[in-house]
Amino acid sequence: MSIKGKAEELLAGIRQLSGEPFKIMEVCGSHTVAIAKSGIRELLPESVQLVSGPGCPVCVTDNSDIDRFLSLAQTPGVIVATFGDMLRVPGSKTSLQAVRAEGADVRVVYSTLDALEISRQNPDKEVVFLGVGFETTIPTVAVSVEIAEREHLSNYSILSMHKLVPPVLELLVTDPEVGLDGFINPGHVCSVLGTAPFEFIAGKYQKPSVVAGFEALDILEAIWMLLRQRQEKRAAVEIQYSRVVKPEGSPKAAEYISRYFEPVDAVWRGIGRVPQSGLRLKAQYRLFDAEMKFDLPKPKSVNTPGCLCGEILKGRRHPFNCRLFGKACTPLQPVGPCMVSSEGSCAAYYRYSQRRGMSAV
Amino acid sequence: MCLAIPAKVINIVEHSAEVDLMGNSRQVNIDLVADILKPGDYVLVHAGFALERLDESTAQETLALLEEVAAKGEY
Ligand code: SF4
Repeated sequence: MSIKGKAEELLAGIRQLSGEPFKIMEVCGSHTVAIAKSGIRELLPESVQLVSGPGCPVCVTDNSDIDRFLSLAQTPGVIVATFGDMLRVPGSKTSLQAVRAEGADVRVVYSTLDALEISRQNPDKEVVFLGVGFETTIPTVAVSVEIAEREHLSNYSILSMHKLVPPVLELLVTDPEVGLDGFINPGHVCSVLGTAPFEFIAGKYQKPSVVAGFEALDILEAIWMLLRQRQEKRAAVEIQYSRVVKPEGSPKAAEYISRYFEPVDAVWRGIGRVPQSGLRLKAQYRLFDAEMKFDLPKPKSVNTPGCLCGEILKGRRHPFNCRLFGKACTPLQPVGPCMVSSEGSCAAYYRYSQRRGMSAV
Repeated sequence: MCLAIPAKVINIVEHSAEVDLMGNSRQVNIDLVADILKPGDYVLVHAGFALERLDESTAQETLALLEEVAAKGEY
């Protein structure tokens, strides 16, 4: 059957099961992009609502963390290696891109392996990798520490601003203001963690969740599976994305996380402090911990006036509710992080609503 | 940022593998994969690392879907 045929079949199934209002959070930023791109929200019956979640690592990085790595980038003798998404994120005053224009050595890398290579080639400089990401990315950072240790690359360190998905979901599942009925779980985070860390959504809170892939058809099928659970009056974590996600995940990759890191409380932009939702390098790896190597400032987190990013990350508001959206705030002139990262809700809806000629506001 | 795509292993040397990633040859680190890999296996690749080995049939299914979407555009 063609893609269109399959989509129509799934939509018919969704319509049949719709009934009472049902609010679903798509946790992952890549899902938000796929949903914005395919226009799924407009195809769904009115009673089935999709809201974006906190699954864009750049977007949830707090201002205070951004200010910290900006000061690091401005330290003489330091090369900052980062994924490209972080370049334009505004801190309270400036951005990596701006400090780079003023002479800071900031390199965009595709992988921690590239950051290691920069360390090898610049033994007289300190190379710091900005560790931003969830459980999919964290094992790749852990391996980089292992390699640095093996090769005695003493000029390599990481600044761990990593975040864990299950603890923040636990916070959102109980948020009365959002009132979520079901979750589309992040596919590639689950390819590492498996489904066990997401069991609490059903076990403790009796809400369905489905691990979904990243094509429009995957998402439609996940929505249908969520509604089917409601229809059958049950709650479980199910896998739609079985071509990639195994129930047990990738134990070796998950084990790398716990071998190198330990959980700490972390501040999420717009959400605040979430217990045990961040990671720091364990004490025995402090030689590779930028927190230990450098005397970093501890700035306060500040809110960007007028920016609803925090509310959007909690699923309480939609980008179209922001008065700055598409006016004062665009991908070229971003006011908040949700407009910077290509996975941010604001950027996703800006890009695809422009293209489809929908009214943006 | 968590995107990952299937790739086919061409060659393995110690900690890394040469893979075919949507028609491009790439080097990826394979330390995170528990299984012993061999040429012809499929892996899920994220940020320069193989995260896990995929079953061939399921990897093919993903690749076919990606190709079909690319060929027809979105509906
Ligand atoms: S449109 Fe810009 S200012 Fe408004 S919430 Fe999104 S990022 Fe913030």
